[in-house]
Order: sequence, then C-alpha cells, then structure tokens
Amino acid sequence: MKKEIPHLKNTIISLKNITVSYDGEQVLGGFDLEIHDGEFVTLLGPSGCGKTTVLRTIAGFIRPDGGDVFFYDKNITGLPPHKRAVNTIFQKYALFPHLNVYENIAFGMRLKGRGEKEIRKTVHEMLAMVNLTGYAHRGISRLSGGQQQRVAIARALANEPKVLLLDEPLGALDLKLRKDMQAELKKIQQQTGITFVFVTHDQEEALSMSDTVVVMDGGVIQQIGSPTDIYNEPKNAFVADFIGESNILDGVMLEDYSVKFAGHSFRCLDSGFGRNTPVDVVIRPEDIKVVEPDSTRIVGDVTAVTFKGVHYEIIVDVAGFKWMIQSTECPQAGDHIGLALTPNDIHVMEKSEYSGVFGDYSTFSDEMEEDINTSDEASENTWAEEEENTDEI
Amino acid sequence: MKSNSRLLSAPYTVWMTVFIVLPMLLVGYFAFTDKSGSFTLENMLSVGQYSNVFLRSIWLGAVATVVSLGLGYPLAYLIAKTSVKRQNVMVMLVMLPMWMNFLLRTYAWMTLLEDNGLINSFLAALGLPRVHMINTAGAVVLGMVYNYIPYMILPLYSVLTKIDQSVIEAAQDLGAGDRQVFLKVVLPLSMPGVISGVTMVFVPAVSTFIISKMLGGGGNLLIGDLIDMQFLGSAYNPNLGSAVSLVLMVIILICMGIMNQFDDGGADEKGGMLL
Repeated sequence: MKKEIPHLKNTIISLKNITVSYDGEQVLGGFDLEIHDGEFVTLLGPSGCGKTTVLRTIAGFIRPDGGDVFFYDKNITGLPPHKRAVNTIFQKYALFPHLNVYENIAFGMRLKGRGEKEIRKTVHEMLAMVNLTGYAHRGISRLSGGQQQRVAIARALANEPKVLLLDEPLGALDLKLRKDMQAELKKIQQQTGITFVFVTHDQEEALSMSDTVVVMDGGVIQQIGSPTDIYNEPKNAFVADFIGESNILDGVMLEDYSVKFAGHSFRCLDSGFGRNTPVDVVIRPEDIKVVEPDSTRIVGDVTAVTFKGVHYEIIVDVAGFKWMIQSTECPQAGDHIGLALTPNDIHVMEKSEYSGVFGDYSTFSDEMEEDINTSDEASENTWAEEEENTDEI
Repeated sequence: MKSNSRLLSAPYTVWMTVFIVLPMLLVGYFAFTDKSGSFTLENMLSVGQYSNVFLRSIWLGAVATVVSLGLGYPLAYLIAKTSVKRQNVMVMLVMLPMWMNFLLRTYAWMTLLEDNGLINSFLAALGLPRVHMINTAGAVVLGMVYNYIPYMILPLYSVLTKIDQSVIEAAQDLGAGDRQVFLKVVLPLSMPGVISGVTMVFVPAVSTFIISKMLGGGGNLLIGDLIDMQFLGSAYNPNLGSAVSLVLMVIILICMGIMNQFDDGGADEKGGMLL
C-alpha cells in the first residue's frame, strides 16, 4: 500500500437529505455530507449530537427513514453492512472473545475465502503495522485495552476497506496512550491512503488528527473546515465555545474593520457585516496580553489564578464580565491589570441561536468542569441504551 | 474475613454432609456388600446383565437431548432477539408447565396417547386410522422432551442475551451475512449454554423412571425403573440397586467430562497453524 496524497476531488461517500429518528425523536433531519477519497474527516460534537448516528448510517447499521447514501456514484442506502466496502472500529473494540488475535484479524479474509498463505501474510503485516508482532497466539482476554484497540484496527484494515469508520475508538484509553494512538492512527491513515471517518467529542483529538473537521450539534452541521479554520474562524458561538476556550462578548459591528464591545471600539480584520450590526466577538484566552493598567483600555481585577503547566489560567473581572486569559505571566488574585488586544486577536461572528448561551467565566471552576464531564457521560450511557433498544425493535 | 466466610457456608456444609455425602457413602457400601453385610463384588458383576437397559436409557436420553436442543435453540434465540418486555412474557410461558405437578403432566400425556385416548379419538372422528403411540420408545422420548425442555431453553436464553450486540455488528461489518454471523459468532459464543442445557436435560432423562413407567409400559425399562424395582418394587434388592446407581453415576460423570471437553477448546488452541 503506497502513500496517496489526498487530492480531495473524488467524493467517496455522500449523504443526501438523511433523516433518522429513534422512538419518534428525530436525531438527523435532512442531513447532507460529502466525504472525499483519502480524507481524514472527524465528526465532532457533544453527546447526542448525532455524530454516531451518521457513522452508523454509513456503516449500514442504521437504515435511514429518508434520504440516500452514496458510495462513489452507487446508491447503497439499502445495502446491508456486510456488503459495504467500509469497516468500523467500535467504541468498545468488539473483538471476538472466542478467537485469538490471529483469528480475529483473519476473520474478514476467511469470509472472503482467501487462501491460508495470503491470510497468514496479511495478518503478520497488520500485526507489524500496529506494533503487535508476536501476539498472534494470544487470547483476547489476555490483552490490555490499548492492545485490544490495536487488534481492532488490524482486524478492520486487514479487510482493505475503502473507508474506515472509527467510533470514539480512543475514549477508553488513558491520556498518554491516547496521544500515542492518535499519532499512530494518523500515520496509518497517511501510509494507507484510506479514507478515515472519525467520531469524537474530544476537540483536541479532532484538531490534531483531521484534514477536515465537521462540528455538529443537535443533528445539524455547525461548521465544516480545516482544523485551523475551525479554530481561528469559528462560524458561531457554539463552535467557538466547543473548540477550545473562548471569551464570547456581545458586540456591535460599527462599520467594516471596526467593532465595539466591552464599552470601547476596536479595529479588527472583519468586514461585510454592514453598519451597526449586532455580532458576537470571540477572543481566545491565549491571544490576550497582560499589561500595566494605565497602558490599555480594558482593565479589571484578577479573581482567580490556576497553574496549568504551560501557562497560568487567569480569570479577570472587567466591569462584571469575567474574561479568561492564558498567560505565562503570573499576577496575584486581587491585582489590578490591563488586557491588550491587537486587531488580529479579535474575531467577529454573526449572531446565531447560540448567542448568549455561553456566558463569561464567572461560574468557572475545576469542579464545574468535572460535573459537566460526568453528566456528559451519563447522557452518553442513556444514549447507548436508546440505540440498543432501537436495535431490538 | 476467612473465618467469617466459613461460618456463612456452615449450614450448607452440614446439609451437604448429612444429605449428600453420607447417602453416597451408603450407596457405595451397599453396592459392595451382600445382604448379610460382608464384602462382595457380586452386585457390581451382575450389573452387566442389564447392559441393554443401560444402552436403552442412554440412547433414549440422548435422542431426547438432541430433540430438546433442536427445538429449544431456535426458541431461545427467538426469545433473546425480542424486546425485553416480550422476553419476560415468553420466558414465563416456557416455565409455565413447570408450575404443574410432574406426575400430572405425564399422566395427561397418557390420556392423550392411549389407543382410545384423545388423539386417537380425534383421528377416528376424522375417519383416519388410529396410531399406536402409548408404550413405545417414541412416547418415552416425547415425555422426556416435554418435561425437560425448559432446562434446555433457559441456559441457552441466558447465554444468548449476554452476547454483546457490537460483536455481532463487528461480524456483519467484516462481511458476514446472517448465516455466517450465526455459525461463526453466535453459535461458538453460545456453547457454554448448549453444554449446560445438554447436561441439564441428559442427566435427568437418563435416570428417569416415572416417564418410562407411565408412557413406556413394560417394554421400555430404563435404568431408573431398574433401580426403582430394587428398592421399592417386587425384586427388592438394595445391594444390586446401589450397584446400578453407582454405575449410572460413573456413566453420567463420563458423559459430562466429554461435554466439557468441547468447552475447553478455547481461543488459545484454535487457529494455531501460524508461525
């Protein structure tokens, strides 16, 4: 398998006007997406945003209520999973517990009636690719989570899929292992040139691995773009908040290249919004410089400082609105400081349904963050149960 | 902690000793002694005379087990596939016959199968020839299947519901159609259920005496009947009865040992043709 530079011309998978409901509740309504040959696409969004449903629709496990799925020019909407040229890496690996590593990887090839010699060769190639040479005889229960994940990858790739679907495959791994696997997956994707469709709720994972990120919420695509586009030019408050940390302020576009927020007008690089249009203004915490209070127009009092390793996370109260700043400077809580911005640091977005949903950092604390994560997991579980129920019906 | 858990298991240990270990020792004692209580191999040797009874019991028990598996597996599979609410109802329906007395159930079959029974009366009413059913080996097998099939269905059902749906999806994803998913994933993963189901049907079927007595007539004597006759019947001879019991126990142990061999062929041995 040789490396192919993604030219992103041929559409390999296209979803047209897909509608999916579970128990009368619509998850996807009129969903459209095009995936190009050789692309690493990530579907990113919070639990219940429909990203897994999109993946399962491509795999064939979900028959949409409406709309069509195309593989190149062929309509595959009614095609069962075992006849599709796509393979899936499941969230919990779903390895066959009654087979050893070798037989797990050989499973797909045996179904295709490949010769024993070819199977053996491919299995060993795959084992080498995922760094598990010498594990062929092992039983599945004797592997660690990371090793099981590698077997799942090898098993899917041994089938030579045109498209590999990955359903939050790194979710169960610890941080260090997850980073290693991210790099490895990216490498495998580049080596093989296979189209990857990756589902995750981890924005950092999405940014570091993908050619294209599809940000979803409520079954709707909020933004599609390269990781840098998504981060630097978020389309609305949801994207800005979900991808990285953001200070999202209420503003008014006075005229082209001039925006007013926090009681002052600033020069910016955005244009085309018209005169005196209400907008959302995004300022990333790492773009803000901490300066002497008398040298700038935005001044406030430090309310909290948290050490984060690379930088400090500083919460500053500016006339009641709490900003987050990431800086290597370390002011003390109670200090009166100034915040400096350059036109490049200011990003202007149109108002959307998400405007005002994401407030300032006044309630921000680490405990809060944890609470959000646990409730996130809880809803993930009910989600999985819902999906199981639909399978049974 | 350790003494605590020993204390907790004490009631069962006592129960086991008094009602299982001691009787088994007694069976062993009777098997190797004569009426006066002195040691003899006479009983064990005369068990050989009844080898046709043993063979018939094992044969009918095996047929009943295979039929139960053939009927029970698809049903267990069907139950495991339906929604949870319907599963509970269907499992209850499977167990329902067990709420009725065993003798009564078997007796009911007698009246159905008799030469002048309900089925033959019905056939006669339709102008069809009567069929002789009672007192045949087939009637005995029918009685065994009818009485013991829940013990086949329940372990199969419980194993089948535990198979992870994502493993089945993984097989489909890798190119397996419905038939291959069943043969390559569902069936191997349900083997523990098959083994316990087979054991739970075969063991009571081999040693039954009521079913053969009521549905098999005199011509289908089984080991259970033989033992019954030695302890309670005309041929009163507890020493021979004990010897027969002992041999039966050994046969069942061997059968179970063979069955468990199928289960032990785990993942590590399979597919060992590499490297």
